[in-house]
Amino acid sequence: MKLREQVGPYFGEFGGRFVPESLIAALDELDAAYQAARVDPAFAAELAELHRSYTGRPSIITEARRFSEHAGGARIILKREDLNHTGSHKINNVLGQALLAKRLGKTRIIAETGAGQHGVASATAAALFGLECVVYMGEVDTERQALNVARMKLLGAEVVPVTVGSRTLKDAINEALRDWVANVENTHYLLGTVAGPHPFPTMVRDFHSVIGVEAREQVLALTGRLPDAVVACVGGGSNAMGIFHAFLDDESVRLVGNEAAGDGVDTQFHAATITKGRPGVLHGAKSLMLQDDDGQTMESHSISAGLDYPGVGPEHAWLASIGRAEYRPVTDAQAMDALRLLSRTEGIIPAIETAHALHGALELGRELGPEGIVLVSLSGRGDKDMETAARYFGLLDAAAEKSASGDHA
Amino acid sequence: MSTVADVIRTRNDEASGALIGYLPVGFPSLDASVDAAVALVENGVDIVELGLPYSDPVMDGLTIQRATQTALRNGFRLRHVFEAVERIRARVDAPLLVMTYWNPVVQYGVERFATDLQNAGGAGLITPDLIPDEAAEWMAASQSHDLDRVFLAAPSSSDARMKQAVDSSRGFVYAVSTMGITGARDDVDKAARSVVSRLREAGSTSACVGLGISTPDQVADVLSYADGAIVGSRLVAALEQGGVAEVAAVAAELSAGTRR
Repeated sequence: MKLREQVGPYFGEFGGRFVPESLIAALDELDAAYQAARVDPAFAAELAELHRSYTGRPSIITEARRFSEHAGGARIILKREDLNHTGSHKINNVLGQALLAKRLGKTRIIAETGAGQHGVASATAAALFGLECVVYMGEVDTERQALNVARMKLLGAEVVPVTVGSRTLKDAINEALRDWVANVENTHYLLGTVAGPHPFPTMVRDFHSVIGVEAREQVLALTGRLPDAVVACVGGGSNAMGIFHAFLDDESVRLVGNEAAGDGVDTQFHAATITKGRPGVLHGAKSLMLQDDDGQTMESHSISAGLDYPGVGPEHAWLASIGRAEYRPVTDAQAMDALRLLSRTEGIIPAIETAHALHGALELGRELGPEGIVLVSLSGRGDKDMETAARYFGLLDAAAEKSASGDHA
Repeated sequence: MSTVADVIRTRNDEASGALIGYLPVGFPSLDASVDAAVALVENGVDIVELGLPYSDPVMDGLTIQRATQTALRNGFRLRHVFEAVERIRARVDAPLLVMTYWNPVVQYGVERFATDLQNAGGAGLITPDLIPDEAAEWMAASQSHDLDRVFLAAPSSSDARMKQAVDSSRGFVYAVSTMGITGARDDVDKAARSVVSRLREAGSTSACVGLGISTPDQVADVLSYADGAIVGSRLVAALEQGGVAEVAAVAAELSAGTRR
């Protein structure tokens, strides 16, 4: 069986459905609807048309020539998911699931969000389809991503700050699951990453696989061959699975995921789940996770809210376990340097999440040398991170400093 | 042989059914949680459900979340569960079930957890986020250690899943009264009655209702059709507000609901 043909519920030993019985009927219903949709040409056509006329697909690729000079001369090619409507790859999955929610007759969607990118994409789809939308967001994240909170509210969504637990993405997922248990009859949980119980890891991956399918053709057309490596940042791992999937059975192509190492993987302040985690059950699936000896989830740390998650999608855990993909940690400082470098060499300000993959591309380019070709998933744009970046680089003058509020990261 | 099933049968003969009370281990402290569990039994609770505090309790409402987070902040460790079971069993004679999310058991080791629970005198596990489909390892361990397995059945469960819950459970089946999480509610959903009757059709002789039950009237009402009534958040709130004395008083009031 080809690696690309894995459809869950298990990927090797990882995956499954570890959720309360109350949710099983909804997961079965969703799985059946998704299985029907994935072979229905009408569904595919409707989604493709939305991507063409609303998302702005296909997204282009951009060769980063000046940036490449810092990467040992290897060719660095950026897959521009930052140019999608709403500013990141998240819209690919959201439109697919929103169409499914409509097919299921659901009138309300709920979502979790870390950086706010998935929340914004969900609020956008809800506006487009006329659905009620509630977004759960850790209180810590509502503070460091205040701009995205405002965007979601403007789009008509209700944003609920989660004040329990570590008040970040993992607690937002807990709260969304609690909401779903109570409201499953009229509500679809629009989960934003390749984690969670089956069928979410498979379904979310499939909706994002358009990234890799397009990029594979585009790189072939541009360079006449496949890239030597494909790089993406990994929190839950949705943009990475999306771009990796088309290349899984291309043995010559290295697949590299960059995890958030925060202050460093040998400190307590990181989110490098695959590098440092152990197998366990979190948020409905068996995967790798950061946990203490008793199985209590540990708090993760990253300058990037979108990667600040102590778990990872089960398919990534599997790809790591069989050695098909490699996962490398990137610190806050390395990511921020790469963010500034891309801004100054290419005129593209990436999201801080994405900057982790850009550092990874610099490392890989230097390893591969001038003959190498590296494809990078440029998963999101940095507008939402301007306050964090401005503070980090000391770009705010005293007056602006005074009027800026909230983020002390 | 399940002592839990025995107690439920006996209480159905003597009264209208069994009262099952939940409290988390380590809240507000390990000693106080032991005293509170003992007080439950001394005031008419027939079976004790000891909650194992966990960082990501997706089935729990705010009252229980607050208590279990406090227990974790105060230094709760997994080994305290076995210590609590042993200490409570030394003082009162009632079956003790541990209610736990699945990951702590996986990390401790399923077989090792079953061994230590059996040695401590525990009766078995209630597993809110483990469905029978994913439970092969626990089925085997509970079998070899003579422990009860309590799986959940929900209003949304299909007939086939009701049957699976009945066939996989030992001790009782946990009938989820409503589509929701733990916490006191004014009216226990009428869906509970339907879940219990569907469990009966699937062959259950031991169906207990939980979620939302907080008053003696609700206990009496539930026991008019079910074999047991499970009370959690109301007892946790009592412990939070008035300590062991308040838990004892509330347990005594609730147990009056079993004698109507």
